[in-house]
Amino acid sequence: MTKTRKAVALISGGLDSMLAARLIKDQGIHVEGINFFTGFCVEGHTHAIRRGHHDKPKRNNALWSAEQIGIKLHIVDVIDEYKDIVINPKHGYGAHLNPCLDCKGFMVRKAREWMEQNDFDFIITGEVIGQRPMSQRRDTMPVVARESGAFDRLLRPLCAKLLPETLPEREGWVERDKLLDFSGRNRKPQIALAASFGFSEYAQPAGGCCFLTDENYTLRLNDLWSNRGDKRYELDDILLLKIGRHLRPRPNFKLIVGREEGENNFLNGYRRDFTHLFCVSHAGPLALVDGIANDADLDFAARLLARFGQGRSADKVTVEIHPHGGAARTIEVAPLHPDEIPESWYL
Amino acid sequence: MKHHELDARRLLCPLPVIRAQNRVMELEPGDTLEVICTDPGALYDIPAWCRMYGHKVLDIRQTQDEVRITLRVGAPPDRP
Repeated sequence: MTKTRKAVALISGGLDSMLAARLIKDQGIHVEGINFFTGFCVEGHTHAIRRGHHDKPKRNNALWSAEQIGIKLHIVDVIDEYKDIVINPKHGYGAHLNPCLDCKGFMVRKAREWMEQNDFDFIITGEVIGQRPMSQRRDTMPVVARESGAFDRLLRPLCAKLLPETLPEREGWVERDKLLDFSGRNRKPQIALAASFGFSEYAQPAGGCCFLTDENYTLRLNDLWSNRGDKRYELDDILLLKIGRHLRPRPNFKLIVGREEGENNFLNGYRRDFTHLFCVSHAGPLALVDGIANDADLDFAARLLARFGQGRSADKVTVEIHPHGGAARTIEVAPLHPDEIPESWYL
Repeated sequence: MKHHELDARRLLCPLPVIRAQNRVMELEPGDTLEVICTDPGALYDIPAWCRMYGHKVLDIRQTQDEVRITLRVGAPPDRP
């Protein structure tokens, strides 16, 4: 009896990995998906939190796409291991703080380890030559295969015909003729293939699936690192960078101000860990204070916070201040005028 | 058969699923697990994950701030 071969597919939640997995499943291979959670995945976090984003489905797209293909998905927490990739990328950063080549090598390595532990035969990814400037180039694809230790057990079905034969092709586990030759940034071939599979809905994140490619997000992360004096982070740090307005009116502290109900609810969950303040005389947001702020700083923070509530035009508003580990106090303040809030405070 | 609870409050998608996935691996078929989340994404994600692995969703309750999903652990998955 012929042995059923098994492939583990890196599933990001985007279209390409979905197509690659489906192509290989259609060749009679047992495919299971794997998705690595780094903490920087875009994956609908802000949509999940913000109440106003009704147009965006509140779901994990990797899970959703695995279900469309009819495969199991294993979601693996790699938050701690991934820190070294973000902080010390061997191949450097892209346009922002995106360590794309190191990241791809890391994920394929983790998939290779999973493959070996679970007695699978090869790894597939949705990579396309020339689609990404760092990790998906003809000259960097072999780097990923080599540094991950996957070597010729790494198959890229969407562009395999443009690459040297891999083990699954040589051994006849998959037919090379049925693999594809996509290249470049043109998405039309993928969209046509999706239509042929009957996939009418799929995620197409414009800026990629990682917050580290986002200019505003990386500005906040750089601010966090420079104010701490070293490049380190915890999960809560990087989640909070995704939420709310961030303003740094003084070098020693910044304010994180909810922009709407969903964000305020989310920030509310952090009240015990942070000094926080909110307006009690008018409706308005909750703000967390990140850093070390003295009483004068907090009085000023109250004026700044008041600018974002419904009392912004009032002469005075009442703000409740809850210092972390200290006694709450209430003060009356005049909201800051817009002219008193320089653009440079916004992160 | 035992009932278990998992506090996944404050965790964002996909962490509630990861925590549920890891907890279910420690449980016996037939046990029930109630996952308590604050991320509404769990309303889709946990049932989708249950469908994939043969676990049965017994109950979903949503309040203003929380989602509570109770599932019954199914048999371990088959593989070729």
